[in-house]
Amino acid sequence: MSEHTYYFDNSATTKVSKEVMDSMQPYLNEIYGNPSTIYSIGREAKKAIEIAREKVAKAINADSKEIFFTGSGTEADNWAIKGVAFANQYKGKHIITTNIEHHAVLHTCEYLEKFGFETTYVPVKENGIVDVNDIKDAIREDTILISVMFANNEIGTIQPIKEIGELAKEKNIYFHTDAVQAIGHIPIDVKELNIDLLSLSAHKFHGPKGVGALYVKNGVNIDNLLHGGGQEKRRRASTENTAGIVGLGTAIEIATQDIPKKAEYLKNLREKTINGLIENIPDIIVNGDREKRLPGNVNVCFKYIEGESILLHLDQYGICASSGSACTSGSLEPSHVLLAIGLPHEIAHGSLRLSFSEENTEEEIDYLLEKLPPIIKNLRNMSPLYNKSNCKN
Amino acid sequence: MEEYSQKVMDHFMNPRNVGVIEDADAIGEVGNARCGDIMKMYLKIKDNVIEDVKFQTFGCGAAVATSSMVTELVKEKTLEEALKITNKTVAEALDGLPPIKMHCSNLAEEAIKSAIEDYKKKNEKKE
Repeated sequence: MSEHTYYFDNSATTKVSKEVMDSMQPYLNEIYGNPSTIYSIGREAKKAIEIAREKVAKAINADSKEIFFTGSGTEADNWAIKGVAFANQYKGKHIITTNIEHHAVLHTCEYLEKFGFETTYVPVKENGIVDVNDIKDAIREDTILISVMFANNEIGTIQPIKEIGELAKEKNIYFHTDAVQAIGHIPIDVKELNIDLLSLSAHKFHGPKGVGALYVKNGVNIDNLLHGGGQEKRRRASTENTAGIVGLGTAIEIATQDIPKKAEYLKNLREKTINGLIENIPDIIVNGDREKRLPGNVNVCFKYIEGESILLHLDQYGICASSGSACTSGSLEPSHVLLAIGLPHEIAHGSLRLSFSEENTEEEIDYLLEKLPPIIKNLRNMSPLYNKSNCKN
Repeated sequence: MEEYSQKVMDHFMNPRNVGVIEDADAIGEVGNARCGDIMKMYLKIKDNVIEDVKFQTFGCGAAVATSSMVTELVKEKTLEEALKITNKTVAEALDGLPPIKMHCSNLAEEAIKSAIEDYKKKNEKKE
């Protein structure tokens, strides 16, 4: 095993920062009171939650009354889609989304089919970005919701959220965006972008796992997902995860402080990596638009080899990354996102995603660029798909 | 994710018998690229005994490890003995596989069977 850990999988999850941990600590064993109680350690917990709510609201230019804490980004997506669908079914039962959404959105839409809802999955273009005209064409009389992710979790492509927001507003259709990957990487203003519902998750920006939030614009007609106690203004039952919520507040405040500067740093790492890989490894494909992508996202396919094998070799060098191969998804199908951008199955199996955070350094990238090419060469030499007569190395 | 056994990792990191036998007496290929794994086995057979075996594999860690292990299991065995090797034999020899990876051991068994079948077909023609 390697002595160091070079962590290039920040789209999967991030390390909880010291500031976030410190802010959470008191709410685990000092101010542990149930926020619904009347005594001081309960009242103080409640106060801390409200401060966190204001921080989340400020980060996306919402009102704190429009922020509801959840147990995850997935819960926020489920709530947004099921909640709007069930509350507005008398108006119509049609939903529009894309074919590259996170499973939290796709599987929720599939589930709603049981209740007579229909979903149009608008295909993205080869660059991994949806054309707003295709969304427009999918709109029907009975469309009640458009759900399009802000940025894709696998290939990092940034969707035309402003244009979709304008379209939805003009057509009087609710607009939800899964912004789980975008928070802290792209400035987001829900008012300017005409967003009605937005999902986010703390652990993607150095906050803790198990806490997220849903922004619900004032006036949006939405049913509850969880039924029980009167927490979150009777909108989301469950005793509040005080420490988690406080951690989310601290994390989002830090993550959204100076986005352009951080994005510039990540973009530099990204470009260095992509250029270094292209220079040193033949038969490589860069997935997703080269420009309109998350500043810290690299996603490439190496032809003739399979992704999990690459990851296992990288792990031996202490490098953490991920892949969209079937073997890493636990099914026989490779990533739906890579298939959606038109890659054939055998190439999609050979994908590698590297997602950086501001803690990564150029030295770490140099190490990756030194170790990866021989791994690829070695696996290709073992592959029956690799035609040696075409071999350049 | 469930961990691979040390033996799987050993055969993955240092696979035995990788490559091509140019004048192979039999070749077997199973799996398909669509599903993310292909195994190709090359056999050199003399007097009903597998004298040499090499493989090429496109696939995950378990696919590579099971390919490597099965080549060790069949080397210097008679065809009858080689045909008795099952997916279970391969998995056990590797100290087990995570449940979702068991299909990789099927491929290893099938690859050997496919190669031996190829050999038998070729020999029928000769006779």
